[in-house]
Amino acid sequence: MQLPDAEVVYKNLAAKIQADRGKDFALVGIRTGGAWLAERLHRELANTKPLGLLSTSFYRDDFDKIGLHAQVKPSEIPFEVNGAHILLVDDVLNTGRTVRAAINELFDYGRPDSISLAVLVDRGGRELPIIAQYLGVAFEFPDEKMLELKQDANGKFSFNLYRKNSPE
Amino acid sequence: MINRNPQLNEHGELQHLLTTEGLPSAILLQILDTAESFVGVTERDVKKVPLLRGKSIFNLFFEPSTRTRTTFEIAAKRLSADVINLNVAVSAQSKGETLLDTVNNLSAMNADMFVVRHAQSGAAHLIAKHVRSDIHVINAGDGSHAHPTQALLDMFTIRRYKQDFRKLRVAIIGDILHSRVARSQIHALTTLGVPEVRVIAPKTLLPKMVERLGVHVYHDMAKGLEDIDVLMMLRLQNERMRGANLPSQEEYFKYYGLTPEKLAFARHDAIVMHPGPMNRGVEIDSAVADGKQSVILPQVTFGIAVRMAVMSILTGNQA
Repeated sequence: MQLPDAEVVYKNLAAKIQADRGKDFALVGIRTGGAWLAERLHRELANTKPLGLLSTSFYRDDFDKIGLHAQVKPSEIPFEVNGAHILLVDDVLNTGRTVRAAINELFDYGRPDSISLAVLVDRGGRELPIIAQYLGVAFEFPDEKMLELKQDANGKFSFNLYRKNSPE
Repeated sequence: MINRNPQLNEHGELQHLLTTEGLPSAILLQILDTAESFVGVTERDVKKVPLLRGKSIFNLFFEPSTRTRTTFEIAAKRLSADVINLNVAVSAQSKGETLLDTVNNLSAMNADMFVVRHAQSGAAHLIAKHVRSDIHVINAGDGSHAHPTQALLDMFTIRRYKQDFRKLRVAIIGDILHSRVARSQIHALTTLGVPEVRVIAPKTLLPKMVERLGVHVYHDMAKGLEDIDVLMMLRLQNERMRGANLPSQEEYFKYYGLTPEKLAFARHDAIVMHPGPMNRGVEIDSAVADGKQSVILPQVTFGIAVRMAVMSILTGNQA
């Protein structure tokens, strides 16, 4: 299967957000892939608001099934959420459950004026009424595969497609 | 059959927290790392996460305790669990019910977790062996055996202020003999790689062969505190002191009470810890307890995050 070029997709996504500059977003990346994306967008779009990072571990709805991830990293929201226009950033949008967890968590910091969503890849398979306002590429692939964003030492992105339950 | 650590499930994950003894450093560090995330939660406007929504946690205190019970209660509530506090010392057991009958009754009320404090060493272990495999048990102090969450919050506090365990000299000072806190601290410190752990106490307040735990024994504060980075004070346990282990509290304070003068023997940037409740003027002078080097109140704050971490890690691990 031909995977899209992650760098091309990233630039496409960045350009779409850039075109909407009127909106002075506070960027919030979902760990881990979304956090890399948000960090790079924050830098390259010269966003002036402090960058937020979310770990949705404490808000997941599958905690009873999979437990707590061994390496939970703290959430960091270094700005006032009340009244903020937040752009939530993630790498892959699938069921929408991670985004649901992230939205719930943000509301425990305050009441934002709005939350929009930017994702690199929409792979379909939604189980909740969630859509991305900013999208790099829509790319469907078989259910048993997982798409993972990777970042090399120079900060360049690439995709890795692997079979579920057997990550490389 | 392999004789497995009764706290771990067959995947080597933490199923109950009964003691720090024999726990691998990876599990201790997982608890400390997870607690870091919960410190962030407790600093927000909304100090609650929905992780344990719908779970029932029973605080089973067969021995009086205010601070430990309260911090467990706050931790459970901040995880959105339902908490039921049972002061069993004045309840069913005084009517003659056995420990396991009490536990059976509460299990029948669909408990998900027991937090147990008991005057008998091994009580939490007995309950953990007895309950259904989907119920988790946390030892909140059993006799003079163990108090693992206190030791873990102490480790968390040390890491916050001193970063690297592998470069530290730590002294535990006071009534080691009766102290479940000291035992749990010693096991945690040595597992996390602290190269030198000392105990400082009069002979009458040291267990026999305490050196076997890997500690260096001192009877003199001036010598024992030299080059020390972390001072872990213990409470003089009057209620456990049957007979004459000590001439008098005044005498004890004179030789072992932590005054600014004695603290000066340690490194100038040493931190002073105490698990509470403090006997001011007995094991610690107010000038030290309230002084610049004291981290006694941060210990209490971190205790909540550490207990949140333990509760959520246990709940996430299936039998």
